Amino acid sequence: MSQTTLTLAPKDYKSEVKPTWCPGCGDFGVLNAIYNSLSVLKLPPDETVVVSGIGCSSRLPHFVQTFGFHSLHGRALPVAQGMKMARPDLTVLAVGGDGDMFSIGAGHLIHAALRNIDITVVVMDNETYGLTKGQTSPTSPTGHVTKSTPYGLLASQFNPIATALSLNVSFVARGFSSRPKELAALIEQGIQHKGFSFIHVLSPCPTFYNTMDTWKTTVTPMPVEHDTRNRFKAMELSMETAKPFVGLFYRDERTTMDEAAHKMTQQSSAFDINKYMARYK
Amino acid sequence: MENEVTIRIGGESGEGTISGGDILALAAARWGYHVYTFRTFPAEILGGPCMFQLRISDKPVKSMGDYADVLICLNREAFDRNVGELRHGGVLIYDPSDFTPDSGDFITYPIPFNDIARKEVQLFQTKNMVMMGAISGLFGPPLEAITQVVESKLSKSRKSNPTLMEKNMLALDISKKYVTEQLTKRDAYQLGAVEKADRVVLNGNQAVIAGALMAHCDFFAGYPITPASDIMEGLAKELPQIGGTFMQAEDEIAAMTAVLGASFGGARSMTATSGPGFALMSEAIGYASMAELPAVIIDAQRAGPSTGMPTKMEQSDLSFALYTGHGDTPRIVVAPADVADCYTLMVDAFNMAERYQLPVIFLTDQSLTARVESVDRSVFKPLESIRRTFVLAQNGSNGMVSNGNGHAAGVVEEEHAFARYAYTASGISPTSAPGHGGSSYVSTGLEHDIHGHPDYEPADHTAMMKKRYQKLETAANELPQPQRYGDEDATIGLIGWGSTEGTIQEGVDRARAKGYKVAALHPRVLSPLPDRSMRDFINSVQTVIVPECNYSGQLANLLGAKYGLQAIRVNKYGGIPFTAGDILQAIEEAN
Repeated sequence: MSQTTLTLAPKDYKSEVKPTWCPGCGDFGVLNAIYNSLSVLKLPPDETVVVSGIGCSSRLPHFVQTFGFHSLHGRALPVAQGMKMARPDLTVLAVGGDGDMFSIGAGHLIHAALRNIDITVVVMDNETYGLTKGQTSPTSPTGHVTKSTPYGLLASQFNPIATALSLNVSFVARGFSSRPKELAALIEQGIQHKGFSFIHVLSPCPTFYNTMDTWKTTVTPMPVEHDTRNRFKAMELSMETAKPFVGLFYRDERTTMDEAAHKMTQQSSAFDINKYMARYK
Repeated sequence: MENEVTIRIGGESGEGTISGGDILALAAARWGYHVYTFRTFPAEILGGPCMFQLRISDKPVKSMGDYADVLICLNREAFDRNVGELRHGGVLIYDPSDFTPDSGDFITYPIPFNDIARKEVQLFQTKNMVMMGAISGLFGPPLEAITQVVESKLSKSRKSNPTLMEKNMLALDISKKYVTEQLTKRDAYQLGAVEKADRVVLNGNQAVIAGALMAHCDFFAGYPITPASDIMEGLAKELPQIGGTFMQAEDEIAAMTAVLGASFGGARSMTATSGPGFALMSEAIGYASMAELPAVIIDAQRAGPSTGMPTKMEQSDLSFALYTGHGDTPRIVVAPADVADCYTLMVDAFNMAERYQLPVIFLTDQSLTARVESVDRSVFKPLESIRRTFVLAQNGSNGMVSNGNGHAAGVVEEEHAFARYAYTASGISPTSAPGHGGSSYVSTGLEHDIHGHPDYEPADHTAMMKKRYQKLETAANELPQPQRYGDEDATIGLIGWGSTEGTIQEGVDRARAKGYKVAALHPRVLSPLPDRSMRDFINSVQTVIVPECNYSGQLANLLGAKYGLQAIRVNKYGGIPFTAGDILQAIEEAN
C-alpha cells in the first residue's frame, strides 16, 4: 500500500532516536511489533503514551514517536495507571523487562490486576539483567550461573503467565520476539481489550544469556481448540514451561477502574468554596 | 475579668473525651468565642491515654495555652499524667467514684459523672454530655450553644435512634442542674456573652482538603498513614464531586509514581503522607525534579525516626524535605503556620508546582493536622489557580500535523522534536501534555537535551543543572517575602517555621509586655529561602533564637550553612509543641 501523509504507517511511529540495543536483541522485534500494532489501530501519536521503567527494554519509549514516559526502575505500572485514571481518553502502554515487572516492581502487578485499569503491558522477558550485565533475574532457571550466582541460582523460576492468571488479569497472552507478526496481533488485541492486558514476550538477550536457539525450538503455538474463556485450562497450559505456548491464554471483559471512577464524576460541578464551607459553622 | 479559659480533658481513648471536647469547641465558637485545640491520641485504636485541650478566648487565640485552667480527669492515670499541666490555683474536676486525687494547689469539684450517666440518664455513653453540662454550669458557655451542636451531630441518627438525642439533652440538663445546685463556685473562670462573628471551625487537615479542592486538584493517589489519612479520605469523597479522580495505591512508591503519571497527563496531582511514606517517595520526587513535572506532596510530619510516634507532633522532616532524593534536585518546600494557611498555602503550593514545573513539598505536622481553630470565614474565599499552558503541535514542532479535530493525523517530511526542555531566562520551559494535539516528548529521569533525548555530554548536563536550578532563583524573586512581627528596633529575633508561629508570636507579645525588644520572622517558603528578608532580619538584631520541635535544629543548621548564623537553638522533642511560656523563657534566657 502506498503511503500518504494522512496514513499512519509503522515508520511514522519511529522517533529520531536510534535504539541503543545490541545487535540481535529480541527487543527490536518487539519494537517493530509495537510500531505495527499502533499503525494498524491508527492510534493518534498525540493521544498515545508509552510508559516504561528502567532496563534495556525500558529505553523503548524513546524510539517511538508518541508521548513517552521513561520512569523509574519497576514503576511503569503505577505511572501508567495514574496516567490512565487522570486521562482515560489516552491509550496507555506500559513496557519493560522481567526485572522491572517481576522483581523490583512485582508488587505493582498484583494491584494492577485487581484494579483492571485499561492499560496494556508488554513485558520483554530475557531471563537476565541485561543493562547491569548479566545477573540473575526472577525468570532465570534454577541453577543458572551468573556473576551474581557463581554457584548457580538457588531460587525457583518465576512463572509470569501462571501468576497473571492467578491474579485474574483480564487479558493474558504470550508472544515471541522472533514472531513479530503474531506479537503485533496480540499487542493490537491487548490495546483493544478494555481492561488490564498483560502480554509476556520471550525476547532473548544475545549478549548475556542467549536463549534464542532454545526458544526457536521450544516455543509452541497455542492449541487451536483452546477456549480463552477457560481460566483453568489456561492455567494448565501456563504450567508447560518446557514448551512455552504463545498466543492468547485468557480474556475476560469486565468493568475497569478508570471507567468506574469517571462514571462517578458525571454529576460533578465546578468547585464553589463558599458552598463547600457551609458545612463548617 | 478576662474572658478566657483553657480546659483540658484527660481520659482513655474511646470513652468520648475527644468527641466531647470537639463539641465544646464548636459550641464556644458558635457562641462568638475564638477557639484553639490541642489533642494527643494513643497509637492504639481502642484504649490508651488521650488528652484534649481547648483554649477559649474573646481575643484571637494563637497557641494552646501554657497551662490548663480547668482539668477534667476521667481516671487516676489521667490525673497523674496531667496534673502537672494544671495552673496553680486552677480547677480540678473528677468523679469520686473513679479515683481520689492527691491534694494540691487547685480547687476541686467532685461530680458524679458515672452515676448521673448510668442511673439518672440511664445511658452510660452520655458521660461526655454530663461533662459538657457541668462545664456549661460552671464556666458559662450556654447550654443552647452546646445542644445546637449536639443536634446537628446527631441529626443523622435521629430516625434510627430517636431516644439518643433525648438522652443526650437529658444528660446536659441534669448535669448543669447538679453543678448549679450542689456545688459552690470557688474559682474565677466565667465566660460572658460576646459579640457573634462569622467564623468557621475546622482543623488543619480539613483546611488542606478545602485548599486542594480550591486549587482544582484533578488527581490524588495515596496510601493510608497517620496523621495524613484524613486528607486522603476527604479527597476520596470530594474529588469525584468536582470531576477529579482518586486512587488508593498499594504503597507510597506507587502513590507518588501514579501522581507523576497523572501530572504528565496534565492533571494537577497530589499525594499526602507522613515520614515513613515520604521516605518511600524520595526517588519519585527526584524524578519529578529531573523531568520537571509538577506535583504536590504533603508530608504531615510525626515524631521520628523510623516508625517513631505516629500520633505525636515533631518538626523533624525539614532536612529530609529539603534534601530528599539523590543528586541535586531542586524543589520547593513550604510549611503552613496555622489552619488558615493550610487552605491558602495549599492553593499556592499547586500554583508553584504548575508555574515552576517541579515538586512542591508541603510540611504540615501532627499538631496542625488535628488542631481545630476558629477562622474568619472570609479567609476561605475563592483563590486563583494557575495551570501550565500546553504547547500544541504545529507544523515543524514535533513533526505532527493536526486534522483539525485536535487529532494528529499525519506526518510532515521534516522532523524537529519539540524543545520540551528549552533554555529560557527563567529556567521554565514550554511544556505539553498528551491529547488535543499536544507536542509529544518523552519524559525521562536520564539527563537529557532540550528535546528530552538522553544526553550525557558534560556541557549538556552542566547547562541542564543550571536551568533546573534557575527556576528556584526565579521563584525566589517572584514569591512573597515573609513579614516581620514585633519590634522594629528589636535586639532579639526569633526565626521559626511551620505550626509554631502563633506560639512564637504569643511568646514575643509576652516578652514585649515585659519590656524586651523582640521580633519574629516565620518564612512559609523554606526552599528557596527568601534570602533578602532572612539576611535583613538576621542583621537587624543582636541575637537570633531558632525554636524548633526537633532534636538537631534543622532550620538552625540551614541558616548556619546559608548565612553563617550562630543562632541560639531551642529544641523541644518530646512529641508535643512549644507553649508560649517556653518561648518567653527562651527570650529571657537569651537576653
